Amino acid sequence: MNKTTPMIAASGLTKSYNANHVLRGIDLAVGRGEIFALLGPNGAGKTTTVNILTTLVMPDAGTATISGIDIVREPGRVRGVISLTGQYASVDEFQTGEENLSMMATLAHLGGKAGRARTAELLEQFDLVDAARRRVETYSGGMRRRLDLAISLIAKPPVVFLDEPTTGLDPRSRAQMWAVVRELASEGTTILLTTQYLEEADQLADTIAVIDGGSVIAHGTAAELKRGVSGDHIELTLGDLASFDAAISLGIQGSRSDAETRSIRVPTCEPVTTIRELLAVADRDGLDVANIAILRPTLDDVFMTLTGHQATQPTEDRNSSTAEGLAA
Amino acid sequence: MSTATAAPLTDIGAMVGREVRRTLRSVDGLVTSFVIPVSVMLVFVVIFGGAIQHDGHYVDYVVPGTLILCLGFGSAATAIAVAQDMKTGTIDRFKTLPIFGPSVLFGHVAASVARNIAASIPVVGVALLLGWRPAADLAGWIGTIAFAVLVIVAFTWLACAAGLVLSVDAAASINFVFLFLPYVSSGFVPVDTMPAWLRGFADNQPFTPIIETLRDLLSGTPVQAGTIWPALAWLAGILVVSYVAASVLYRIRLVK
Repeated sequence: MNKTTPMIAASGLTKSYNANHVLRGIDLAVGRGEIFALLGPNGAGKTTTVNILTTLVMPDAGTATISGIDIVREPGRVRGVISLTGQYASVDEFQTGEENLSMMATLAHLGGKAGRARTAELLEQFDLVDAARRRVETYSGGMRRRLDLAISLIAKPPVVFLDEPTTGLDPRSRAQMWAVVRELASEGTTILLTTQYLEEADQLADTIAVIDGGSVIAHGTAAELKRGVSGDHIELTLGDLASFDAAISLGIQGSRSDAETRSIRVPTCEPVTTIRELLAVADRDGLDVANIAILRPTLDDVFMTLTGHQATQPTEDRNSSTAEGLAA
Repeated sequence: MSTATAAPLTDIGAMVGREVRRTLRSVDGLVTSFVIPVSVMLVFVVIFGGAIQHDGHYVDYVVPGTLILCLGFGSAATAIAVAQDMKTGTIDRFKTLPIFGPSVLFGHVAASVARNIAASIPVVGVALLLGWRPAADLAGWIGTIAFAVLVIVAFTWLACAAGLVLSVDAAASINFVFLFLPYVSSGFVPVDTMPAWLRGFADNQPFTPIIETLRDLLSGTPVQAGTIWPALAWLAGILVVSYVAASVLYRIRLVK
């Protein structure tokens, strides 16, 4: 990865539609072969950022380069090194999968023989060989997205933009999409994707920029972002209300305690030590411990802390590891 | 990688192929392009033809108007296709390709010319079967085809511009303009049989000189300066304004 010359670089991008300030100064840098996720809720400015970087929309201010080429001064050359896969599968329903691909091969000026070879290769790679001669109107949502992505790769662009590539897909199709994206990046393709799914950013991205209200409000690897929010917590759940009250009166310092679930959350930098201490106190005073768990922060927590509101997705299961065994 | 404007004809060719498939593979496309024009001809000649009094055969009077109506109606279908391309993001994808700028619009126009000329053949065939006897010589027929192409190109660029700004549903209603505006012209009944208050509009709207020019071309009579110049002025005006509008609308991006 060549950190000195980013494949995608943006500085101070702003865009307003009348009084609506969609982007308020976006800075980005994405290295070669990196998967970069723009994570944010609907209306955060993700698609506008992608539209500017792919030459569809002119920024009001700021600069951006793709592979060192200025997007405002030389949009034609930028189009030679990028591809865009938009939020909706931009495939023609009235053409077969093969026809969609070979049309794009022609538009990429590959030439008849090379175009046919590339079409066959992509049909194979995206598991669409059996459906190649069927019209796209008979395809499932997952197949359409795969074809859509295959089409955008016909000219082997070094920089690929994916605007919400898995929105509306079932979990299996999403996993397939992720596998394809990882494979592309491993071959050296630079990928910028937008997503409102925290899990997607967590799973795929080398670097995440959290975007809200037209600004990047946090930036880093998933691990860095989680560290920045809060450390780990130990969640101690008591077996009965008496034990819960006793624990509170013993002064177990909880950042959050909930009588209804009889649980106390204790912030910690040393989870194992804290578990030992808590269990020692519990043993000494005969508290009934139902469960003890390490809670690690999720991107949900990051998002909540940074934006003050939930992401659009229901909370994923916490990355928790129960430590009941230690109590014995 | 080829440069941005390396092969515009290849790019447009690919887009024409796309539009031909779109037309031939949808029931809607086939009905709009081929069944409706023939039906319109049958309705006017067989159903209305008996009742409408005219010197000579009504079929001879009504064919030019019916042909222009069909060309306009067929050209308007492009608005729906362009609006669909906008809605699905296909236009955005084409715009991020290193291809000749508005290839997709040129493809729509070229495909519209092919589709409408092809659709005119059965319409003319039905008219001949119903007793239409055009008196045009070879020059008249060449003039007819050239004039028809100009009509299609002008109307299709108008449809392209409309499709770039309208929703798919709104784009579909462009059809009705081309379906009903010709009725208030000299195409189906002479203007002097209309109520006085309507004559001013009928005499001065574009379909009257356009249809009268085609009538002269098909009947083998010399075209009259009083009809051909207004017809060409209208068509050139529609073409230039629509082409410029569509090119600008294609490049800039409206927030729908």
